[in-house]
Amino acid sequence: MQSSKDFDLSRRTVLVGATASAAIAAAPAGAHAKQAGEPALSKFSLKVNGTAHQLELDLRTSLLDALREHLHLTGTKKGCDHGQCGACTVLVNGRRINSCLTLAVMHDGDEIKTIEGLGTPDRLHPMQAAFVKHDGYQCGYCTPGQICSAVAVLDEIKAGIPSHVTADLNAQPQLNATELRERMSGNICRCGAYSNIVDAITDVAGSQA
Amino acid sequence: MKFDTPATTNPIDQLKVIGKPTDRIDGPLKTTGTAPYAYERHDVVANQAYGYVVGAAIAKGKVNAIHVLDAKAAPGVIAVITHENAGKITKGNFNTAKLLGGPEIQHYHQAIALVVADSFEQARAAAQLIRVDYERSDGKYDLAAAKDGAEKPKAGGFGGDPDTSVGDFATAFAAAPVQLDATYTTPDQTHAMMEPHATIAAWDGDKLTVWTSNQMIAWGKGDLARTLGIPKENVRLISPYIGGGFGGKLFLRADVLLAALGARVAKRPVKVALQRPLIINNTTHRPATIQRIRIGTDKDGKITAIGHESWSGDLPDGGPETAVNQTRLLYAGANRMTATRLAVLDLPEGNAMRAPGEAPGLMALEIAIDEAAEKAGIDPIEFRIRNDTQVDPEKPSRPFSQRQLNECLRLGAEKFGWSKRSATPGKVRDGDWLIGIGVAAGLRNNLVTKSAARVRLDQRGIVTVETDMTDIGTGTYTIIAQTAAEMMGVGLDKVVVTLGDSSFPVSAGSGGQWGANNSTAGVYAACVKLREAVAQKLGFNSADATFADGQVQAGNRSAALADAAREKELVGEDGIEYGDLDKKYQQSTFAGHFVEVGVDAATAEIRVRRMLAVCAAGRILNPKSARSQVIGAMTMGVGAALMEELAIDKRLGFFVNHDLAGYEVPVHADIPHQEVIFLDETDPVSSPMKAKGVGELGICGVGAAVANAIYNATGVRVRDYPITLDKLLAKMPV
Amino acid sequence: MKSFTYERAQSPADAAAAAARTEGAKFIAGGTNLLDLMKLEIETPTHLIDVNALALDKIEATPDGGLRIGALVRNTDLAADARVRRDYAVLSRALLAGASGQLRNKATTAGNLLQRTRCPYFYDTNQPCNKRLPGSGCAAIGGFSRQHAIVGTSKACIATHPSDMAVAMRVLDATVDTVQPDGKTRSIALDDFYRLPGETPHIETTLTKGELITAVTLPKPVGGTQIYRKVRDRASYAFALVSVAAIVQRDGSGRVAMGGVAHRPWHVAAADSEIPRGARAVTARLLADAATTHENAFKVKLAERTLAAVLAKAKG
Ligand SMILES: Cc1cc2nc3c(=O)[nH]c(=O)nc-3n(C[C@H](O)[C@H](O)[C@H](O)COP(=O)(O)OP(=O)(O)OC[C@H]3O[C@@H](n4cnc5c(N)ncnc54)[C@H](O)[C@@H]3O)c2cc1C
Ligand code: SF4
Repeated sequence: MQSSKDFDLSRRTVLVGATASAAIAAAPAGAHAKQAGEPALSKFSLKVNGTAHQLELDLRTSLLDALREHLHLTGTKKGCDHGQCGACTVLVNGRRINSCLTLAVMHDGDEIKTIEGLGTPDRLHPMQAAFVKHDGYQCGYCTPGQICSAVAVLDEIKAGIPSHVTADLNAQPQLNATELRERMSGNICRCGAYSNIVDAITDVAGSQA
Repeated sequence: MKFDTPATTNPIDQLKVIGKPTDRIDGPLKTTGTAPYAYERHDVVANQAYGYVVGAAIAKGKVNAIHVLDAKAAPGVIAVITHENAGKITKGNFNTAKLLGGPEIQHYHQAIALVVADSFEQARAAAQLIRVDYERSDGKYDLAAAKDGAEKPKAGGFGGDPDTSVGDFATAFAAAPVQLDATYTTPDQTHAMMEPHATIAAWDGDKLTVWTSNQMIAWGKGDLARTLGIPKENVRLISPYIGGGFGGKLFLRADVLLAALGARVAKRPVKVALQRPLIINNTTHRPATIQRIRIGTDKDGKITAIGHESWSGDLPDGGPETAVNQTRLLYAGANRMTATRLAVLDLPEGNAMRAPGEAPGLMALEIAIDEAAEKAGIDPIEFRIRNDTQVDPEKPSRPFSQRQLNECLRLGAEKFGWSKRSATPGKVRDGDWLIGIGVAAGLRNNLVTKSAARVRLDQRGIVTVETDMTDIGTGTYTIIAQTAAEMMGVGLDKVVVTLGDSSFPVSAGSGGQWGANNSTAGVYAACVKLREAVAQKLGFNSADATFADGQVQAGNRSAALADAAREKELVGEDGIEYGDLDKKYQQSTFAGHFVEVGVDAATAEIRVRRMLAVCAAGRILNPKSARSQVIGAMTMGVGAALMEELAIDKRLGFFVNHDLAGYEVPVHADIPHQEVIFLDETDPVSSPMKAKGVGELGICGVGAAVANAIYNATGVRVRDYPITLDKLLAKMPV
Repeated sequence: MKSFTYERAQSPADAAAAAARTEGAKFIAGGTNLLDLMKLEIETPTHLIDVNALALDKIEATPDGGLRIGALVRNTDLAADARVRRDYAVLSRALLAGASGQLRNKATTAGNLLQRTRCPYFYDTNQPCNKRLPGSGCAAIGGFSRQHAIVGTSKACIATHPSDMAVAMRVLDATVDTVQPDGKTRSIALDDFYRLPGETPHIETTLTKGELITAVTLPKPVGGTQIYRKVRDRASYAFALVSVAAIVQRDGSGRVAMGGVAHRPWHVAAADSEIPRGARAVTARLLADAATTHENAFKVKLAERTLAAVLAKAKG
């Protein structure tokens, strides 16, 4: 067993604050941030669901917050803001990503598709309709992320991108429940609708095939 | 409407709409991202500012000084709220610890400040500039160490009596030819609902409106008023969509209070979402338990003595995890005892999480039953069936209103292929995997509690339901619509359901799996009122009138329903209130859970391969959404069995793995196809709906079924949850 | 997140020069690790150099038959590359075992190498952590340490490196190609790239100030049966408790590296020569100086059993 000599738990008075503890990190020595300066703004454009938007935002704005707080496209959800749940999944230039772990400014000129761009309550995308039919959701909060991911997963399989459970790396991946489950694992559903979600995706995949 | 005699035939029994696997009426909104959750309400009030919460960095002690000047001077900052400028705050009735800490700190990440700024980015950055000078004091963070000092908790609440005793347990146990005496532990767990606790608060003079995410509107409203010291009438709470709760959103939490305080100081609406890494220590969790179970049987495996003791911890004035409750009811046995003890711990506040009490209680009890059956040399299903009881074992004059546990187990055994199970563990192999199957019984009580609603009929024949009931993913919107449609004789397309607004009649709310039965019974009552009003308006005798296909008919007269409201909207408002049927009858729901696991022969990684739940839970109002409730609960049960544990730093007093990467919940790849079977059952004792809950039944017993399957696969008995590979490795067959 | 300034680099050399010139500058690629840490102010760059526009997103054959993987090649694309799948299966497998589909679509080769530990105390700025705040102590020692390292640890830090990809690259004997602020380039063997924690756990690699990774080069394919076996509680979307990357040749010789056990992908040359004698012999060498905590002691046995299964599978 090792013990920490520096870390004195009997120390009763502790000063804690992020400025004290976070200044060093792994940045090169001396890289102390200036005391929160005026936010740097930046101008850029995003094409979201086919509509171009000119934005001028605090550089620190994540793509997720740009969508939710500035474009009021709140279908994309913030579950954890740290890439740990998948609720913020959107399609950027056709690929699914977590919109929380990317800066909006880094997507200048990109084509972004959100859940709102897939379908509307009156004109559901087939994947949305399948989620309704198979009850592939409960509280609904992870649902837009699940659906965006599901749409991308079918494309990824078609494109021949392998997964952790693909038996033969050099063959075209199969479309089966095991593959879908592995590929959808970046989308957590705490209500536990997984079994139904896989049924919904399988349904859509079957009718596409 | 008073419900004090068992239901007879009523319009719900037509089952034209009720009982059908209808798609959720809120489905199109949820799947298109257009269902609005609390933090997203850009539409409700202009000029919203952003709040960011600062949590305490120590588990116990006090704040000597809190330096906010840098934060206040930071760009965009409008206000900083701490205990120094928050004004008088009273603790809510449902809270154990204060929602805004300081100077005293009661637990790690207790909120100590809110920074309000023009933008989220500014609020977040400024929050890091707050510096706090703490004085740490010693705390107790280790349940095992505190166990011997644990005391008898207060009686009452959902806990029941801390000590129960029937017959002479000690003597009977000592005399039993077959004895099991084992200790089990369950860890602290977190709800981890997908939507963080979130609120937008806006003041209009002394009136406060909060758009929030809360399961129990009336509790939240009452506690918000109390905490702020303002009249209840001045508070309105709106929560139409809730991104999961599981008990974590039963109560007023820091987001609501801080948004309200922030908006008061900032003089503009403020929105606050608890940051994910803060949620686990800031909010409530399911407390860990240590459980000792003793079972004595005769040579035929009939239980003669059963004892269950449980220890858990909580902050001072908190409550216990009531893990022994199901043991009072699940099996026969003349000599029985339970005991519940509570230790004081300085960890964050323990409270309800999906099936509080039964979930961890059955995780222990149903392993113990498996062990006792094995000792008695009897198949575990047969053992359970032999020890069935149709009456409350503590009070034999009190029957169960319905109890089809044996049927659940028998049918499940047949469907799951139980006969193929090897009774000797460690015998079945499939490639790299050791295969095992396990069973457990589930029991969760049906709680009846009053619930009200208002139903309007307009000239277009549209029926609008208003109740402060919530839909936390449970399907409430849909089953309430089905109830109203059935009662008023209209299609679902003619029903509008509005929920989660404190200006609506007070419902049962969502918790303890009581929501579905009580809230629909409340809507039933309101519809009965509306039917009377309609009949009267149309000049029909209401007792004879039938409502079907948008028409009202009595004798040979018939009229369109909409006609009744042609001049003026008609309104029916009422609620359901219960007599003492729940005293005369024990009302419970039952399940047989079946699980097959594979355990990797080398690494001891555990993966669930098949799952089945057979449930007997009264009338199933909507088999599609009810099934979802059950599979969701089964999934959470798998998490509890295999991975969920809040790791405690026993020196520093906090849950270390406080985010969704550190606290693992099941992902898609962990969950196989799940089967659910509902037995045909109606329970006229429970309500006019003859329904009971299912949302928590689904988790009750699952963890133990997984544990028993692991034992069957490997021959290694693990009594400490979660069952992770490190607990198996040393004893794995080579 | 502290505010910062932002630029898009035009060439690798410019990027490196800019990073050296600007105090507190950092490169940002996929951003999936850096932004995570910036939100918590564990990383506090004052200037971000976005390298995504650099033409470093190609996978090219090298003259000696190997592969040069651009620093910006996304994990998904690297795993799906036909040559990688065929000739470096262990790398494909390692990548696919990591993170989630969404994250792999963003994560880059360089960013993955440089991702920081998942030690929960490192992630909690209220807690002492020598890696985050040198000299503050290590809360993991004596605390919750189930995930932590069992070899190569120090009194200052017992964190693991979380990358799966890097373990495969280690077993493949990859080298990291860089450009420095003065425009000079160099190649660093992966073995020399990562440091052990020692007294300075905050210094994780041998990269110098401003140095930009341009590529990772794989030597020409070595064939053999290539296996990456990642052990975790959850079936997916979880970091390794222990992982094994192995290349086993027909004659029984081979190479093995492990993840989840050390501050860097763990390889011991002497252990490779034990492969014909089996997992126990290999593990005895590989984990010879294991120093475990009460909570992570199981990793020794787990490593051995996992390796045994891998070797058995490789034999077919
Ligand atoms: C929830 C979650 C789960 C995960 N699970 C896994 C897992 O199981 N296995 C696994 O291996 N990984 C896992 N990851 C980590 C993921 O793989 C990394 O975040 C990712 O690989 C980082 O790549 P990036 O391009 O996004 O890096 P960035 O975040 O852009 O950068 C990371 C670091 O690299 C530096 N950098 C980037 N490019 C260069 C360059 N060209 N030259 C020099 N420095 C550079 C940056 O300055 C920064 O310090 C997980 C991440 C998350 C959030
Ligand atoms: S193990 Fe390393 S990263 Fe973790 S707390 Fe200790 S010093 Fe920090």
